[in-house]
Amino acid sequence: MTDAPVPPAAAPPSPAAGNRTVIVWVTEGTWRGCVDAARTLAPADAAIVLLHVSPEEVPGAAHGAYAGLLGRGHPERDPGPRLAELAAASAGELLAAAAQRLGRPCTRAERRGRVEREVVAAAAGAGLLILARDGDRSRLGPKSLGRADRFVVDHAPCPVLLVWPDDAPGTDTIPPPPPRPPHHRPHRR
Amino acid sequence: MLAWAVIRPRGWPEAVAAVPAAALVIATGAVSPRAALAEAGRLAPVIGFLAAILVLAQLCDDEGLFRACGTWMARRSAGRPRRLLAQVFATASAITAVLSLDATVVLLTPVVYSTSAQLGARPKPHVYACTHLANSASLLLPVSNLTNLLAFAASGLAFPRFAALMALPWLAAIATEYLVLPRFFAADLDAGAQGMPAAQPAGAPVFVLVTVAATLAGFVAASAAGVNPAWAALAGAAVLAARALAQRRTTAIAIGRSAAVSFLVFVLALGVVVQAVVTNGLGRALDPLVPGGTSLPALLATAALGAALANLINNLPAVLVLLPLAAPAGPGAVLAVLVGVNIGPNLTYTGSLATLLWRRVLHERGSGPSLGEFTRLGLLTVPAGIVVAVLALWASLHVIGG
Repeated sequence: MTDAPVPPAAAPPSPAAGNRTVIVWVTEGTWRGCVDAARTLAPADAAIVLLHVSPEEVPGAAHGAYAGLLGRGHPERDPGPRLAELAAASAGELLAAAAQRLGRPCTRAERRGRVEREVVAAAAGAGLLILARDGDRSRLGPKSLGRADRFVVDHAPCPVLLVWPDDAPGTDTIPPPPPRPPHHRPHRR
Repeated sequence: MLAWAVIRPRGWPEAVAAVPAAALVIATGAVSPRAALAEAGRLAPVIGFLAAILVLAQLCDDEGLFRACGTWMARRSAGRPRRLLAQVFATASAITAVLSLDATVVLLTPVVYSTSAQLGARPKPHVYACTHLANSASLLLPVSNLTNLLAFAASGLAFPRFAALMALPWLAAIATEYLVLPRFFAADLDAGAQGMPAAQPAGAPVFVLVTVAATLAGFVAASAAGVNPAWAALAGAAVLAARALAQRRTTAIAIGRSAAVSFLVFVLALGVVVQAVVTNGLGRALDPLVPGGTSLPALLATAALGAALANLINNLPAVLVLLPLAAPAGPGAVLAVLVGVNIGPNLTYTGSLATLLWRRVLHERGSGPSLGEFTRLGLLTVPAGIVVAVLALWASLHVIGG
């Protein structure tokens, strides 16, 4: 058997500007890990986008609670719009802090909606998406991905860089392999 | 009229439809003027009580009570989301119990959001805790919820006795929420908080706290003296109002507005309309569904009926419909209705299917948040919360006596 000729390394499918875009998903609690990863790992000529998505169900829940109070009138007392304003302000502050930590030119993107779907939509055409694990961080395993992370990793339309927001747990946190079932016998040849 | 209250065309107050509807049922003879007057006379003290509590809560906000709660929660949470959630539970349960669910929804929720944002924690678990506890932690005192005030008037219980019987169900309902929420939002809570610690030290509003505590003591004292506890609420509100007016930090107009006169008129008119509906058939139709007695199965069935009706229409009309049917079985049955109508609204976003459907159809086509998460959380907390709270109520009735 002769060695098949090695195909030439595939060139990047499209050298368009979009492919040099690195999206950094900034979320409360874990954003520093993502920004640090972008700082050390993103190519020098990459266009970095800091993305934050405010979950629409948070102002929605407050609005719903007020709407459930029959007869109160006074739409100006509805806490929903107030929470949406607060969310926009805090997203702005978070992105500003992230941009400062990044320490290089970047653009900021604020979205509002269902978080995981907005992140996937924002990643369309990007060269890389950086996100942090947001589940159980005490051990290595599938639970270290929360629901939103799981959706984004499963549906991302681009390569994904998944980082631990702080130090990764040791490999000894993986549970021992399950014992072999008792009926297991080595295959006889 | 219910549809109107829910849709609120052009932002008109609900009373604009409720008052003509009440006039109509009187004019058509569905309710005799005498019966309507009696109903209004029965509701008037309740409404006065409600107005005093609304004013009291607004003045507490003006005096910085809720901002101080935010500072306190931020400090006690030490930057850890799970600890913040515990502080939110404590604060929202106390505020709801003492200053009513309106205070938690309107005044506390934005503060909780700001606090979690300031800590750099994800706000969702904390905001959901507020919206849930506004309902499920509104069992304790007659002032916690308008439904309680209505039932309190109908049950004939004294203020301290109401609180004593409802203390255990209140704790049970909160405990159920506390078992479910941290697990439901584990990912958001485990994400931690990387915020910009900028705790601006705010002094505790001692005067407000003392006034509120004195008002609570006043409720007990008034009951013991055979006086309507609404007077204690009025006195508390008057003290805070006089101080704020003297220091020119509020105006008489602002205080008048916080009494929400159109809401009070709405409740009055709703009472008359519901009375017409109940005396003209609904009462007979529902009567077989209301179990008599205060055995555990009867209490559970009563609470379930309350929750179902609250989810179909809204808990305010639900309690008005069920009270006359449950009251003959004694205070235990009335309190079971409250367990159902107070915890039940957490099942549906906006508290009732009627509200939800109308709002979705007419106002917020396609822009509403995902209901899946809200409904899943409701399914986890509401049935369990009602069962546990009814068990606690049953135990309380046995220990303290109905």
